[in-house]
Amino acid sequence: MHHHLILRVVTKILVAPIILFALYVQFHGDFSPGGGFQAGVLMAVAFILYGIVFGLETVQAVMPAWLAHKMMAAGVMIYAGTGVVSLLLGYNFLDYGSFSPHHPSHGQHWGIFSVEFGVLITVTGVMVSIYYAFAARRPAISNEEW
Amino acid sequence: MLDLFIDLSLFTMLVATGFAIVKMRRLFGVTMMTGVFSLLSAMLLVTLDAVDVAFTEAAVGAGISTVLMLSTLTLTSRIEKSPVHTPWIPLLVVAVTGAVIIYGTLDMPNFGDANAPAQVGVAAQYMERGPEDMDLPNTVTYILASYRGYDTMGETSVVFTAGVGVLMLISGLRRRRRRKPSRDEGEVS
Repeated sequence: MHHHLILRVVTKILVAPIILFALYVQFHGDFSPGGGFQAGVLMAVAFILYGIVFGLETVQAVMPAWLAHKMMAAGVMIYAGTGVVSLLLGYNFLDYGSFSPHHPSHGQHWGIFSVEFGVLITVTGVMVSIYYAFAARRPAISNEEW
Repeated sequence: MLDLFIDLSLFTMLVATGFAIVKMRRLFGVTMMTGVFSLLSAMLLVTLDAVDVAFTEAAVGAGISTVLMLSTLTLTSRIEKSPVHTPWIPLLVVAVTGAVIIYGTLDMPNFGDANAPAQVGVAAQYMERGPEDMDLPNTVTYILASYRGYDTMGETSVVFTAGVGVLMLISGLRRRRRRKPSRDEGEVS
């Protein structure tokens, strides 16, 4: 896409706001629509857009394939780990009241924050990995045929 | 009245998009039309006050799936092959399946029915106890992440499993940490 000047300029401008919006959706999810799934998709879209316009090598310099693969598993581990921590504190699995026994609703905030963060990491990793897997293969249609 | 008008026009456009997808042979156009279909569904979900679901539909359906379909398209061909069979058998199958589904909806409660199974179960308790248990304004978030934390963990695992499945099928990862897949990444390993 070297000849698409407008796309390249617009992408450079848009990538940072997209990531910022993803973080807003993630951390404001308690108050407004959205949460880990939506934020993860938005975050992945920023990287995928960058990869489509500037090429796979450029985006993999920012987020290498191994990092995206590790993120897939790390998010599930953060989510399940939250449950294990509450188990170790003597409560039920994923009972967030355990994080702040004197003030259970604060514990709920911490727990929801933590599991939503795990969801964000997994969804971002999976979406970016799937895009990498497709984009790394040699296309059957050449660029001019579109 | 306005609600009815918006619903009718959105559903009309949805059906028109569906027919356009069936008729088209150029897969690039079909992919774009599926994105339009997702956006229209997202708007319908907004009219049902399900903004969280609408958000997901717009981001996943119109955004990510379109990109993934396009990248799949670069690995196949641009034009759908015309069918070799007569269209009557598929039409019969679709008609019978559709009739069965419509027959199934006859048993469903009316829209907004207070005695619907979804309303009389634990949902009322979640709505009642939520504000003091959680102290959060977004009901959807605390039901999904806290009361239904197990389900959401399952969903996260499903997303993870889907990612692993795709990687095993098409990524061509043969050795660990191959930084530059250069020459022969087109082969299936």
